[in-house]
Amino acid sequence: MSKFIEIQDLIFAYTDESGMAKCNAIDNVSFTVEKGSFLAVIGKNGSGKSTLAKNINALLLPTSGTVLVGGFSTKDEDHTWDIRQRAGMVFQNPDNQIVSAIVEDDVAFGPENLGIEPEVIRERVDRALENVNMGAYKKKAPHLLSGGQKQRIAIAGAVAMRPECIIFDEPTAMLDPSGRREVLDIIEELHKDGITIILITHFMEEAARAERIIVMDDGKIEMDGSPKDIFEDTEKIRALSLDVPPATELAGRLRAKGIDMGEIVVDEDDLIDRLTGSGK
Amino acid sequence: MTIVVENLKHTYSPGSPEESLALNGVSFEVADGESLGIIGHTGSGKTTLLQHLNGLLKPDSGTITVNGTVITGDAEKEDVLMVRKKVGFVFQYPEYQLFEETVEKDVAFGPRNLELPEEEIKRRVRWALEMVGLDYDDIKDDSPFNLSGGQKRRVAIAGVIAMEPEVLILDEPTAGLDPKAHDDILAMIGDIHKKTGNINILVSHNMNDVTRFCDKILVMDRGQKVLYGTPGEVFSETEKLLAMGLDLPDGAHIAHRLRKEGMDLPDDILTIDQLEREILKAKGRE
Repeated sequence: MSKFIEIQDLIFAYTDESGMAKCNAIDNVSFTVEKGSFLAVIGKNGSGKSTLAKNINALLLPTSGTVLVGGFSTKDEDHTWDIRQRAGMVFQNPDNQIVSAIVEDDVAFGPENLGIEPEVIRERVDRALENVNMGAYKKKAPHLLSGGQKQRIAIAGAVAMRPECIIFDEPTAMLDPSGRREVLDIIEELHKDGITIILITHFMEEAARAERIIVMDDGKIEMDGSPKDIFEDTEKIRALSLDVPPATELAGRLRAKGIDMGEIVVDEDDLIDRLTGSGK
Repeated sequence: MTIVVENLKHTYSPGSPEESLALNGVSFEVADGESLGIIGHTGSGKTTLLQHLNGLLKPDSGTITVNGTVITGDAEKEDVLMVRKKVGFVFQYPEYQLFEETVEKDVAFGPRNLELPEEEIKRRVRWALEMVGLDYDDIKDDSPFNLSGGQKRRVAIAGVIAMEPEVLILDEPTAGLDPKAHDDILAMIGDIHKKTGNINILVSHNMNDVTRFCDKILVMDRGQKVLYGTPGEVFSETEKLLAMGLDLPDGAHIAHRLRKEGMDLPDDILTIDQLEREILKAKGRE
């Protein structure tokens, strides 16, 4: 697999009003993300997750170190738009991301700014809305949609740019349970279609669905591994103000009481299998 | 303090093409000292309902009676204002509303607007910060903007508590917090409720939170009250809740799946603790 994102010795410090650097929000971080992979980033409030995300799509530029996205350095201003087209971003609050009064216009906003032919835009918008199962809503007004539907429109807007990667910054924090399910399912589908996914979340069961988890703390990478590696160390996870998914918690407690649960469980389906012998 | 809501109706944009019936005949009561959870998918009418409870919106018909005083219809303006002082409202992401230079000034803002004597303001700020688990002397001179996410939210909640409301309404108080801050804030809200004995109303998308914290749960769907009862009663209506786009608390959710695969478990499991005990019992019998 090729590397889509390469981050080397990244330091990022916010500056105060007088331009003085404050403490490092990202403190010497290096890692790479494989093309087509699904990475979750977790960490307590203020650990640097969102700052890291904004460094990946050139909304913020490194204080020192380098960030390469699809081979382009974020510091190279000639390629800022190449980077943003390749690495789209979806934020927490869908209301802050929707700009148009009609769903399909909103989704077309990005591609229009790229100067793409109208017929091509038409096709991309229709495809993107189908990708998020919102095709039936293309003529509707976004403000009449539910939170989950609005967030799917925001995702369609990112998809219509034909990005190679989408960074989701707590996309489900403001959604009701069905909205969360809808958005998570769409993220998994986009991953299956080959898009590189970076998901920042406070929901451990969402992170457990990724292939790899990076745990940030105090601007540094504290842990990096598969969901099983990460959630195996319950004590360390809790010390970092995080938690394990409910399925992992329950399996751990049952194991401690002498019930044979096999290896660590991070997925609810696995938990159900182990307890009932179903599905295998 | 009691709240009685009777047959509340509210229509947005009446007479326009976008007319929508946001509340359609909602009735319920909140007893003194009770903690009520309100759940429902986005657009189900939760926020509209809350805005009626502190007089921000007026209903088309129906009444709200707070401690014997009707605050709807032809209610006296003074009565509505009185209720607004008694009902404290913690909005979503309340930390975005912090604005003062120091924590002390920020928390004092509400009491100062009540034109209380300086001594009383000081006492309330100290008390409110203590209630949210912060040390007055340690934190009073800090800028609220330099605090962690969880601490900011505590300071914002302290600002509401310093008004000494008799009803505390919290809209999604744990949204966007990391797991530890989430647990800490919820425990803090439980403590405040215990210490003040006030009515608490918690609006949440988090089924675990309302299960842990609330005596009663009200479920809204399309502007109507569709379920009401204890967490055990409400969450036994699994199929109804799932059809409404809601969910179950973690313990109930996993128990539901295990039952479907044939495991014999009782119907009233809500939490992971309860589920653990029941699985151990079930396995012991095997």
